Amino acid sequence: MLPVMFTAVMKMVEVYELKKYFAVRRTGQWSAKSVLKAVDNVSFTVRMGETLGIVGESGSGKSTLVRCLTRLIEPTSGKVVLDGEEITKYRKRDLRKISKNVQMVFQDPVSSLNPRMNVLSIISEPLSAHEKISKTERKSLVVDLLKEVGLNEEHMYKYPGELSGGQCQRVAIARALSIKPKILVLDEPTASLDVSVQAQVLELLEKLQREHSLTYLFVSHDIAVVRSISHKAMVMYLGKVMEIGPTEKVVNEPLHPYTKVLMKSVPIPDPDSVLTEPAIQGEPPSALNPPSGCPFRTRCPNAVDECSLADMTLKKVEEDRYSACILNQRRSDS
Amino acid sequence: MSEELVRFEDYSLDFMTLYGRIKALKNVSFQIRKNEVFSLVGETGCGKTVTSLALLGLLPSNARSRGKIFFEQEQLTAQNVEQKRGRDIAVVFQDPMTSLNPLYTVRQQLADVLIARRRVPKKEALRSVVDILREVQMLDANRVADLYPHELSGGMKQRVMIAMALSCRPKLLIADEPTTALDVTIQKQILWLMKSLREKHGFSILFITHDMGVVAEFAHRVGVMYAGSIVEIATKRRLFKNPLHPYTVGLLNAVPNSRVGGKLKAIPGSVPSLVNPPTGCRFNERCERAFKKCFREIPPLIEVEDQHYVACHVYGGDENG
Ligand SMILES: Nc1ncnc2c1ncn2[C@@H]1O[C@H](COP(=O)(O)OP(=O)(O)OP(=O)(O)O)[C@@H](O)[C@H]1O
Ligand SMILES: Nc1ncnc2c1ncn2[C@@H]1O[C@H](COP(=O)(O)OP(=O)(O)OP(=O)(O)O)[C@@H](O)[C@H]1O
Ligand code: SF4
Ligand SMILES: [Mg+2]
Ligand SMILES: [Mg+2]
Repeated sequence: MLPVMFTAVMKMVEVYELKKYFAVRRTGQWSAKSVLKAVDNVSFTVRMGETLGIVGESGSGKSTLVRCLTRLIEPTSGKVVLDGEEITKYRKRDLRKISKNVQMVFQDPVSSLNPRMNVLSIISEPLSAHEKISKTERKSLVVDLLKEVGLNEEHMYKYPGELSGGQCQRVAIARALSIKPKILVLDEPTASLDVSVQAQVLELLEKLQREHSLTYLFVSHDIAVVRSISHKAMVMYLGKVMEIGPTEKVVNEPLHPYTKVLMKSVPIPDPDSVLTEPAIQGEPPSALNPPSGCPFRTRCPNAVDECSLADMTLKKVEEDRYSACILNQRRSDS
Repeated sequence: MSEELVRFEDYSLDFMTLYGRIKALKNVSFQIRKNEVFSLVGETGCGKTVTSLALLGLLPSNARSRGKIFFEQEQLTAQNVEQKRGRDIAVVFQDPMTSLNPLYTVRQQLADVLIARRRVPKKEALRSVVDILREVQMLDANRVADLYPHELSGGMKQRVMIAMALSCRPKLLIADEPTTALDVTIQKQILWLMKSLREKHGFSILFITHDMGVVAEFAHRVGVMYAGSIVEIATKRRLFKNPLHPYTVGLLNAVPNSRVGGKLKAIPGSVPSLVNPPTGCRFNERCERAFKKCFREIPPLIEVEDQHYVACHVYGGDENG
């Protein structure tokens, strides 16, 4: 274990100017290809033992971004450094070595597990792929992992279809932990679970993080869930990052106009909170044809002429807080 | 505000399946009043959707029901429910594609509803479509009228569904998770739309959801369901401020709140099988307060304070029983 002072500043995930552009065919215009900028110039860092919550509406690029970090999707350009190692410089087939540091857990626990494999094989699969271990060793490791995620030996010979959604997600987490990664990427890990079970899984994730100093990238469209689990929050809109900061600040005192609208839309489970008129009408523009400058400007209540010209980049506007809005940036300059 | 529109009276429902008899609803009793938003909340599989299907008379053929359902004091039967569905009782589902025909434009489908259910002449029906779309605050209604369902976003589809449902001026709108698949900013627009339309036209809403945040902002009264039973009914305020049933208490502790943050408390275990539900209270295996009686007798839903109903032995006798 590293001394606390040191771990607190150690960068575990560093992302520089990451881009993922998809070439897509436009409907109705045969052979006309256009570029969909799913992730556009994203940079951020996450420290060891920290959770970064990634929020944003459907299609904002959250899944594409985190899949680029594990190179499940090949980024178009940019640099990703995990635990000090630049993984974007490796060829895809040499990746196995690095993939030990990072593992993923997906949204749908039942369908992300192979239905024809029992829990023992599912959990030990990544392990067997990385190193040679004996059968008895394998079994005892799996038993330990099951205990760690709140299951037991009894579950070892069951198949995913015989487990509840929450139990399947525990198995997926045990599987991800089997090769002792330092980083867990969780893409909507509780979205298909009921709230009472969601709370169980969130509790488990917090316990595992404490015990193993794990670093989490936690993708969710549920801001309340992100609030409960992450130290920092990052808000995405049409492939770009709008704001990054300590979660509590981003949620309760948002800086960016989009974050403000988003937070005002989140229903609060408190009988004193009343439904108010929506702050914006309409829906986000097509990702194929985003506005110039700030992607939010066509719906932004504060937009000024410059927003269409400005080169949108995330800048530090307060201690530990970053915003891409030129109004926020201007205020901090003066 | 206290006049009754709908009443379920000791309504139970089983599904006959290859795996056995699924006891989907057990002695469900509740009331929906005129002009109110009554919300049914509960976790997946607890019976929210089948409750609404029972009310609509749309149960599949393997369903066996007992008990009664009343609409405006008249008991619903297979015959009279057919007359009411789509007229007095309208519905909006989570997935609009279950009700939209992919082969027809919005204009054609909305006009069809007007022609079939309100006997509006065809020409007039086609013409009034744009006005109806404007009423559901559809931006760009002229253009949208001539689009096909697949060309609409999730939020636009849900507006079309609401327009269709309300075009017949129903007395009850059943909304089964209408915003669950939508982003929060769009969810807010749809909730606001339903609220404005309800205030303008005066109808009741049976609002089905598992989102306690939406319940807090949208409902007047709430029924909490667990494994096929209603375990608590109260006004929204009372339910949040003074929940009585151990399940409701657990549920509220497990719900994250973005404004205040803080630690969540999970309910241990998972929902029981409905083929072999536990004897006694269906929550007994997960309940911190369970005692002997809970494993023997089904707790009846009783009024423990004015208009606050709970089905739990803790509130209906002595704890040592
Ligand atoms: N393989 C692909 N080819 C073309 N476009 C893609 C591909 N994968 C994703 N996209 C597009 O990239 C954008 C970002 O998608 P992504 O799945 O990353 O969003 P998300 O934020 O995870 O959304 P959700 O909340 O719905 O999961 C979307 O416009 C999507 O349609
Ligand atoms: N046609 C059917 N045949 C057999 N069982 C059914 C049928 N329809 C529903 N059920 C069962 O009845 C129970 C209640 O289902 P219902 O769809 O009402 O749940 P719900 O509360 O709406 O859940 P969700 O939040 O997932 O929509 C479930 O156990 C379900 O499996
Ligand atoms: S009846 Fe018993 S088991 Fe059921 S909720 Fe009440 S105390 Fe718990
Ligand atoms: Mg995604
Ligand atoms: Mg349902």
